[in-house]
Amino acid sequence: MTILETERLSIGFGGVRAVDDVSLIVEAGQVFSIIGPNGAGKTTLFNLVSGLYMPLDGRVRLAGEDVTGLAPDRLARRGLSRTFQNLQVFFRMSAVENVMVGRHRHERTGIVADLLHLPAVDRQNRRTLEAARGALARVGLCDVANQQAGTLPYGALKRLEIARALASEPKILLLDEPAAGCNPVETRELEGVIRSIVKDGVTVVLVEHDMRLVMNISDRIHVLANGRTLVEGTVAEVRSNSAVVEAYLGVHGAREAGRAVG
Amino acid sequence: MNVRALMAHRFAGLTVVSAIVIVLPFFFPSAYYYRLAGLVLIFGLAAVGLNLLMGFAGQVSLGHAGFLGIGGYSVAIGATYLAAPPWLCILGGAALSGLVAFCVGRPILRLKGHYLAVATLGFGVLVTIVLTNEATWTGGPDGMTVPRLMLFAWPVHGADAWYWIAAITFLIGGTLALNLGDSPTGRALKAIQDSEVASSMLGIDVSYQKLVIFVISAVFVSIAGSYLALFNGHITPDISGFLRSIELVTIVVLGGMGSIVGSLLGATILVVLPQTLTVLHEYEDMAFGLILMGFMILLRQGIVPSLMGWFAGRRS
Repeated sequence: MTILETERLSIGFGGVRAVDDVSLIVEAGQVFSIIGPNGAGKTTLFNLVSGLYMPLDGRVRLAGEDVTGLAPDRLARRGLSRTFQNLQVFFRMSAVENVMVGRHRHERTGIVADLLHLPAVDRQNRRTLEAARGALARVGLCDVANQQAGTLPYGALKRLEIARALASEPKILLLDEPAAGCNPVETRELEGVIRSIVKDGVTVVLVEHDMRLVMNISDRIHVLANGRTLVEGTVAEVRSNSAVVEAYLGVHGAREAGRAVG
Repeated sequence: MNVRALMAHRFAGLTVVSAIVIVLPFFFPSAYYYRLAGLVLIFGLAAVGLNLLMGFAGQVSLGHAGFLGIGGYSVAIGATYLAAPPWLCILGGAALSGLVAFCVGRPILRLKGHYLAVATLGFGVLVTIVLTNEATWTGGPDGMTVPRLMLFAWPVHGADAWYWIAAITFLIGGTLALNLGDSPTGRALKAIQDSEVASSMLGIDVSYQKLVIFVISAVFVSIAGSYLALFNGHITPDISGFLRSIELVTIVVLGGMGSIVGSLLGATILVVLPQTLTVLHEYEDMAFGLILMGFMILLRQGIVPSLMGWFAGRRS
């Protein structure tokens, strides 16, 4: 089943086409990676899919329904969640409160109940707290639950964003460079976390520069360069594609690399 | 930490305030002190309202005195021309303020930071102009007298009665605000303050949440405005003036963003300090300004959050 589909998606900023005519199909339950050199348009593509940007052209479909131009909160309620490359953590809240916000779309008390603190609010808070603790446990952040998010190290914040997104129980999760700033051990842990997410039936779309991580866990890889699709295929297909090597190293570099291997 | 412990923690500050409110009158040498304390509590209530918007949701308003004006004149006009009982006028004014906040908030809450500040400033100025120019109803710049509050056929007069009414209302308002802080809505608002993008990505309807808190905030301030008019027995358009709005913002920032007890402390300083500084005669305003600057330099997060941070730091 196709869960996410973009059709000839395009957006430009001041004449530069940041994403140009990109079509892709993500099947449910996959790990679908988007790679490409810096400035290839990976994060812009995420912003288009998650409703932060309005596309100039093209469509986005979520589980078969056209969601082009829908606001992020509407998309979130349809089961799409994401993390951010440049952290968007609630720095003044504790780690567990951050994740509790992730439960928002499942919380059922209204503003009047909240003001009066009716018993339903207590029950809701308890359920939210429990679910948030569970999500923190999944990314291994239990012991810093009550620390203010602003005091946590970078790697922990990356995982905190994943826990927060998971708390919203998404059907599809967009991870924007989750391994950036992680050491090899943390990256290995992250790989385990992503695997466990997929095992729960959540589709993962991954933008990542750590090639070892990408090659290890991806079902399909979509390569972007200068906003356009270069190739898409399985790990083996992408790895052996000369155009990909050229995009990363330049034509000259690719020739050098080929000579070195040969 | 279990939920009951959290509850106790949530109301710790307000419990202390209630105790002080009950004990304080024993030390009042004259009715004048009741009057001063009553004013502190009324401005505290207004500041709690503004704090919901500024401290919880992180949205600034430089025009909130406009709602003081709407609340105040609702009582004055309603009782004088419509012969409505003042308590009904208080509720009517609150409803009107909520409605106005809804209509004004929809377009301007899309603005951020400085732009929102200027737009709200415009709103406050607009209210003042209307109150000044509609002289047939409002008495123009000279204002109008406000009839006395009737509470179940008893006319409320005397600063001591007002002290208790203001105190009870402040405590109710503070409780509602603290309740909101520890609820799904409160978490959503604090999230919006830190990152609107992440909030919306988690399913929070950012503009709806801002609008709801803007309306609630306006209702709080409106009730304070009604009280102020009834308490003083007289009202002029100054109640909604720019300086009043700035005063409210100053109280919130001085006491501490998001701190309910802080709002009361801030109101205490802004109401009481000018009274005690009269001994300095022509240097009064200068001293007042210097003291405010001193507070902000030494306690830059506001009085309550700074002191709490200081104590937490010392304990660990």
